Amino acid sequence: MYTERVMEEFTNPKNVGELVDADGVGEVGNPACGDIMRIYLKVEEDRITDVRFRTFGCAAAIASSSMATRMVRGMTLSEAWDLSNADVVDALGGLPPAKVHCSVLARDAIRAAINDYRTRQGLPPRETGPCGCCGGAGCGSHPENG
Amino acid sequence: MNDLDHRPVYMDHAATTFMKPEVLAAMAPYFSRYFGNPSSLYRFAGESRQGVEEARGQVGAALRAEPNEIFFCAGGSEADNWAIKGAALANRKSGDHIVTSPIEHHAVLHTCAWLEKQGFSVTYLPVDEFGRVDPGDVEDAITDKTTLVSVMMANNEIGTIQPVAEIGRVAHDHGVLFHTDAVQAVGAVPIDVDTMGIDLLSLSGHKFYGPKGTGALYIRRGTRVENLIHGGAQEQRRRAGTENVPGIVGLGRAIELVTADIEGHNRRIAAMRDRLVRGVLGSIPDARLNGHPIERLANNANFSFRYVEGESILLLLDARGICASTGSACSSASLEPSHVLLAIGLPHEEAHGSLRLTLGDANTEEDVDCVLEVLPEVIGRLRQISPLTPAPARMPEVD
Repeated sequence: MYTERVMEEFTNPKNVGELVDADGVGEVGNPACGDIMRIYLKVEEDRITDVRFRTFGCAAAIASSSMATRMVRGMTLSEAWDLSNADVVDALGGLPPAKVHCSVLARDAIRAAINDYRTRQGLPPRETGPCGCCGGAGCGSHPENG
Repeated sequence: MNDLDHRPVYMDHAATTFMKPEVLAAMAPYFSRYFGNPSSLYRFAGESRQGVEEARGQVGAALRAEPNEIFFCAGGSEADNWAIKGAALANRKSGDHIVTSPIEHHAVLHTCAWLEKQGFSVTYLPVDEFGRVDPGDVEDAITDKTTLVSVMMANNEIGTIQPVAEIGRVAHDHGVLFHTDAVQAVGAVPIDVDTMGIDLLSLSGHKFYGPKGTGALYIRRGTRVENLIHGGAQEQRRRAGTENVPGIVGLGRAIELVTADIEGHNRRIAAMRDRLVRGVLGSIPDARLNGHPIERLANNANFSFRYVEGESILLLLDARGICASTGSACSSASLEPSHVLLAIGLPHEEAHGSLRLTLGDANTEEDVDCVLEVLPEVIGRLRQISPLTPAPARMPEVD
């Protein structure tokens, strides 16, 4: 069901953990949906210098978190914001259709962390798209997205 | 230790079982040697007919029923569909109300939902925290429109065994038919359709070391049930289609084997299961056993592990050669967690973190050792990754 790259990323995830001195923290999903992703960013001069995640969820959720954090490390915040869930899916060699929402969650978690950073810097949060776990239906887990 | 070069540690016998060599041996002659159609008149076909009738006798004996009350079909789902649709439709003049439980297999629940669309009404009984139906609630649910009560004998996910005889008595006291899905119970619970007050009973061959694609419906003599499969005159004109002769022969042999010593079998399996449960609960914090502590199938252990998700558990176990099952949404197409675990009151989060281990004849004490070694590592690793794990319960970071 999963590609070898998904299984590799799931069984040996990178960037697991948290950053106590994070500059931005984003969390999306909720336990009722079966997925929660929390991403910690360290930012220097608009660039992501360190990133960690914690995820509650299936193999695809853990693999997507690991892959997305590996991809945004070293990116500018603008580049990281533009990381699409399709980029994550491609890097994983594909996800089953029912699991694509996990890659959307990873994108959303990164965006939530960036917006948290912006808020802490006194900047207005950027507009985010519809929620990855509820498709904008309103799962109640991210009031910041409306 | 176990890896994929070795035999997997198979602990998913509620999903399906391997077929016993004795069953395969019984079936073998009916593929190419005695291939005749049981409906044909020449003597050659008599061998096939005899194979089918011998199996009918074996199934009847296992249920304490008459052979001519046994009707072969293609599996548990067909038997459930047939029993419920057949009884509801045949008795529609007397009423249009069905009583069932919320923890039935989907073959029952989706059949009931279909009947609701046809204008029937269905009452879903409450269950307690262990998934048990109270016969008193059955009595309260029955109205003068009720024609059928359907409650499973034992649950496929949490293993809880229902007070079937009491439910059967209540149904009969009110002149209502009683169907039970015994797919998980055959070979684990001694069955007597008379003392248990059962009018209709579903069973499935591949759950007790028989072939897949085989099943049977017991229909008490005189019970009004519409046919589901229309066509030829097979199965006393009640289930059309040329008989799956090798499958039926295998089903018969399998049920004979599995009901030969239920008590001894349960004793052996339950001893391993109990050691597994004690070991898991003793070595993994924030874990619980789902289902009834005593009134449960001897081979069933169903756990919930907080802070982690079931599909992840399964895949890490699979990587170590252990086959198990989960009620997590993430392993299903529906993205909804197990209806059974939700019905017994588990919060979504704990339903997502469920793991079902079901033992069977090929399991050994070494298999239990293997699970007891691997499972705490797997849960610990996933808890390391999870944001829900309380910090003190986490090991130091690894990267």
